[in-house]
Amino acid sequence: MHELSICQALIDEVAKIAASVDARTVGRITLEVGPLSGVEPELLARAFEVARTGTCAAEAQLSIAVPGIVVRCSDCDATSPAQANRLLCASCGGYRTRVLEGDGLKLRAVELDVPEAPPGPLH
Amino acid sequence: MCDTCGCTITAGNAHLAGAGRAAPAGTTVEVLKDLLAANDQVAQHNRAHFDEHGVLAINLMSSPGAGKTTLLEATIRSLRGRYRIAVIEGDLETDNDAARIRAQGVPAVQITTGTACHLDAHLVHRALHDLPLAGLDLLFIENVGNLVCPASFDLGQHRNVVLLCATEGDDKPAKYPVMFRAADLVVLSKADLLGVLEDFDPVRAEAALRALGRDTPLIRTASRRAPALAAWLAWLEEQLSAPRAIAPLRPLAGGVTVRA
Repeated sequence: MHELSICQALIDEVAKIAASVDARTVGRITLEVGPLSGVEPELLARAFEVARTGTCAAEAQLSIAVPGIVVRCSDCDATSPAQANRLLCASCGGYRTRVLEGDGLKLRAVELDVPEAPPGPLH
Repeated sequence: MCDTCGCTITAGNAHLAGAGRAAPAGTTVEVLKDLLAANDQVAQHNRAHFDEHGVLAINLMSSPGAGKTTLLEATIRSLRGRYRIAVIEGDLETDNDAARIRAQGVPAVQITTGTACHLDAHLVHRALHDLPLAGLDLLFIENVGNLVCPASFDLGQHRNVVLLCATEGDDKPAKYPVMFRAADLVVLSKADLLGVLEDFDPVRAEAALRALGRDTPLIRTASRRAPALAAWLAWLEEQLSAPRAIAPLRPLAGGVTVRA
């Protein structure tokens, strides 16, 4: 939830990165939204369309990757896929697991249009 | 409607941004940044304040009406002779809950969030300025009644306690995995009603909780007519004497590389 305020944080972060490389425009923004992150990708995409208005990301495209949930078992050490409300080890059925993948909300990459260095004066 | 989730965006107003062009070719900057980090940094700051003063901070969460405030009233009556307690209350409106806590003889600060459906680290940080942290052993933060949003916002607490009320149904841990997975303790509240609530099976509730991949204990409480608080008070005493080290709710990551 709070997809709109998350988009605002996202655009602030993108603006910082764009400024650091003197970029003129922002192209593709790649996010990773885990199923256990508490954020809904479709709401995030819709919120982004409004939040980007009038910012450096006004024409940016949002790509959202949703990784599968992966857990590691503390009992048998196996790594296996899992579901949001069934985080059991697929190998031994144990419940003492740790989530390795799937509970994060990450900005992965930003594609920017960086200006080339201006040509030197002709002598 | 909550003014931070964007759920007010509809097909009717989405056109405001216009259609995007194809992405221009250019430099890709690789980032691995946790977008919830701003709140987490303030939360770490809050946690440092608590640790500096030796205060155990507990974030209490549940649906509205599950019995958080009533449990706190009964807890304060039991423990106020032995521990110095204070409470931060979170509600959209009214200071009813803070008033109830103060009536039990301990300090309470009310945060009224207006439309925000959860507390965050910034709101808690402000409230800390109104509390005598140096003279406290135990701080409860009673979050806004909500089984969804509070789970995503670290406040700087050491422990999360989630109430599951007997009237709510035994499959709530399966329906709200993010919240119940964040719990260090689940309290089955109003347990004195189990006798008249035939379809609530505590065994099913515990199985749904166990399926979230943690050892989280499930204990029962009753706070009103025939108070049953022994397991809850025992857990609190255990936390008060245990080391406070806690893993953050989410791993924090940061870093930017530029690749042409």
